[in-house]
Amino acid sequence: MFHRESGVFKTSYAADMALYPLPIAKWAVAAFAGLFIVIVPLALDEYYVSILDLILIAVIGALGLNVLVGYTGQISIGHGAFMSVGAYTAANLVVHLGAPFWITIPAGGLMAALIGGVVGIPSLRIKGIYLAIATLAAQLIIEWTINHVPAISGGVQASIQVPRPSLFGTQLKSQTQLYLFLMFFVVLAVVGTSNLVRSRIGRAFIAVRDQDIAAEIIGINIFRYKLIAFAISSFYAGVTGVLYTYYLGIANYEQFQINVSIDYLAMIIIGGLGSILGSIFGAIFVTLLPIVTRWFLEAFGGLIFSQADLANIIPNLRLLLFGALIIFFLVVEPEGFNRLWRNIRNYFRVWPFSY
Amino acid sequence: MQSLPRIMTGVAASVAVGLCLAGGVAAQQKEVMIGGQCDRTGPTQIVGVVICPAIQDYIDLVNSKGGVEGYKIKYNELDNEYKVPPAVEEYQRQKQEGAVSMMIYGTPQAQALNQKLQEDKIPGTSPGFGISASADGARYPYLFPVAATYWSQGAAAIQFIKDKLGGSLKGKKIAYVYYDNPAGHEPLPILEDLQKTEGFELRSFAVPPPGLEMGAQVLDITQRYRPDFVIDHLFGRSPSVAIKEYKRAGYPLSKVLGLVWASAEADIDAAGGWQVAEGYHTMSFAGVGDDYPVRQEIKAMYKAQGKEPPKAMDDTVMYNRGLLIAALHVEAIRNALKANGGKPPTGEDVKKGFEQIHDFTLGGLVPPLNVTAADHEGGGWVQIYTVKGGKFVKETDWIHAYPELVAAAVKKAE
Repeated sequence: MFHRESGVFKTSYAADMALYPLPIAKWAVAAFAGLFIVIVPLALDEYYVSILDLILIAVIGALGLNVLVGYTGQISIGHGAFMSVGAYTAANLVVHLGAPFWITIPAGGLMAALIGGVVGIPSLRIKGIYLAIATLAAQLIIEWTINHVPAISGGVQASIQVPRPSLFGTQLKSQTQLYLFLMFFVVLAVVGTSNLVRSRIGRAFIAVRDQDIAAEIIGINIFRYKLIAFAISSFYAGVTGVLYTYYLGIANYEQFQINVSIDYLAMIIIGGLGSILGSIFGAIFVTLLPIVTRWFLEAFGGLIFSQADLANIIPNLRLLLFGALIIFFLVVEPEGFNRLWRNIRNYFRVWPFSY
Repeated sequence: MQSLPRIMTGVAASVAVGLCLAGGVAAQQKEVMIGGQCDRTGPTQIVGVVICPAIQDYIDLVNSKGGVEGYKIKYNELDNEYKVPPAVEEYQRQKQEGAVSMMIYGTPQAQALNQKLQEDKIPGTSPGFGISASADGARYPYLFPVAATYWSQGAAAIQFIKDKLGGSLKGKKIAYVYYDNPAGHEPLPILEDLQKTEGFELRSFAVPPPGLEMGAQVLDITQRYRPDFVIDHLFGRSPSVAIKEYKRAGYPLSKVLGLVWASAEADIDAAGGWQVAEGYHTMSFAGVGDDYPVRQEIKAMYKAQGKEPPKAMDDTVMYNRGLLIAALHVEAIRNALKANGGKPPTGEDVKKGFEQIHDFTLGGLVPPLNVTAADHEGGGWVQIYTVKGGKFVKETDWIHAYPELVAAAVKKAE
C-alpha cells in the first residue's frame, strides 16, 4: 500500500501473491495500524472519533459491495435491504434470546448471506442493468416485509431497541470504545477480503467479471461463484447492518432504504471498483464529504452570504457541492480514488527523475 | 498527470484550513447552547423550510430582548437530509460544542438518538413525531415529545369525528388513510382500541411512499367503502394529492380530517388553493394564524432591523410550530436557570426545566402543557381547524381526548 520499489523482480508465484511485496509495505501497514488503533482514539476528540465510527461501519459495507460489483462484475441495488436483514436478525436475537455480539454479528451476516444468495439467483440469467432492477425489487420486497411483519419488526413502529454490546462484562458505551470495537471488525474485513481476492475463489470472481463465457469454458462453475459472490457480499452487508444496530442502539429499516444502497454504490464507484483500498477511500469520501463541505461553508460562507441567509444556504449548497465534487473527481480520474492514488504513487516512484 | 499532486495538495490544504476554522469555535461566557437539527433539504423539506427559520427567528427574538436570565441563547442548526448517520454525527458535534438541549428532527432520528440522550444526560425534543411511547418519562427519561404524539392525535381525531357525527360512533364507518411507513402505522393501535369501545367500523388504506399516486385508494374509499369520515395521516406532498383526489371523486372535504403533518397552508396551496380545499379539517399542535403577540414581536424585530418579515411567516401552521419548539426549549432553559440560581445549566438541569413547564401558553400559541417527570407529552393537546373562506378557522379549542386510553397504551408499550 505505501511502498516504492524500483521495478518488478518477482520470480515465483508465491512472491507474486504475497500480501507484502516489500518489507517496507509490512512496516507501513504496521505503522498505520498503530496510528489508527492506538494513537487516533487516544488523541482525537470524541466528536471526531464518532465520525470515524461512521466511516468504519461504511468501510465494511463498501468492501462487501466491492466484492460483488468490483470483483465479480454483478450489480446490486439491494444492499441497504441486506443490511436491514442483518440488523433485524441481530436485534431479534438480542431481544428474545439475549444473545451476545459474537453470536449476533455472524448470525446477522449469515441470514443476510442466505437472503442475498436467493436474490442472486437471477444473476445467472440476467446481467447488468436488468440484474440491477431485480435487486432493486429485492430491496423493496425486504422493506415491505419488515414493515408489515410484526414478528420481524417487533411492532407497528418497526424498530427494536438493542443495548450496546458488552465485552468482558463492560458495556461499550463511549465513542472510543465503540471505535475499537468497530475497528476489530474492519481489520477482519480488510484482511479477509484481501485474502479472499488472492484465493482460488477470488480469481474465479475476477474471471467471471472479465468474461463469464470464457470463465465457464476454463471450468469455473459460474452459477456457484456468482451465488458465492452474492452471499459473501451480503454477509458483509449483514454485518454492517448489525454494527449500525449496535452503534445506534436501534434496528430500524428506515435507516436502510434505497438511498443507502445508492450511497454504497457511490462509495465503490468513487473509490475504485475492484480494489480494497478504493473501498476504504470511497467510504471515507462519501461519509466525510458532506461533513467537510459544511465545515468549509461555515468557515467561508460568511464572506459571501449574510449570516441570516447562511442557515438556508448551507444545506442546499452542500448538496450541490457534494454532487459537483463527485463529478469533479470522476472526471479527473474515472477509475476512482484508488487509481488516483496509484497515479500519485507512480509519479513519486521515479520522482525527481521521471523518464 | 503532473498536476495531480498539485490538485491534491490544494484540496488537502483547503480542507485543513476548514478544519482549523471549524475547530476554532470557542465557547463564550454566559451562553447556553441549544443544538438544533432541522432539515431544509431532503424528503421533509416542505416542512423544514418553514419550521427551521421560525426556530431561528424565535431564538433571535429572545436574544434581542436580552436573552434568558442573563444568558444569550446560542443556536446551531444542522441539516441531515432526514438521514440517520449524519444525525448521529451532528448530535456528537453539538454535544462537543456544549449543547444542553437538543431538537431532534424525524422519527428514525429520534429513535436512533434516544439511547445517546440517556447516556449523555441531554434532553431532546421530538414534537409531533417520534415514539408515542416516549410520553412515558420513566422509560424515556431524556426524550420529550412535548407536542401531541401520534397516539394522542389518533384519539383526538376520533373524539372530533364523534362530536361531528352527533355524539355517537355506533355503526359509523371511518377510513384511515396512512403513509405506509412506521410513522403512518403508529396511530393504528389506538384507533383499533377505540374501535372496540366506540363501536365504529375502521378500515385502513395504505399509501405507499412517496404517496404521489393515490387515485386507486381514494376511489376505493369514496366509491366502494363510502365512509362517514376519513382520517388522513400523510406526509410531504401526499396530503395535497389526497385533497385533489377527494375533490375529483366528489367526496365532501368536510368529512376529511388531516392529522398534524397533513395540515399546512402549503398543502392547501399545492392542492389547488383555498376554494378547492373548502371544508377540509386539519389538526395542529400549535396555534394557527397570525393573531399571536409573539408573531407581532418578530415582525417588529424585523422592522427594527429595516427588513421585511420572512416569507416563511405566511405559512402560519408550520411557522407557529417552529415557534412552539423553540419557545419550549427556551422555557426549559429558563426554568433550569431559575432553579440552579443562574449557574451555567447542565443537560440534567434543562431536563428538569422541561419537566416544570406548565401554564406556559405564549399568548395562546402553545397548548396548556403540563409536562411532568412522568408525562413528557404534557397532555397531548391539539386544535382542529377548518378551511373556510380562504383561511383556517378554529373549529375546537385545545382538546386532549381519551387520556386514560392513551395513557394505558403508553404504559403497555414495552
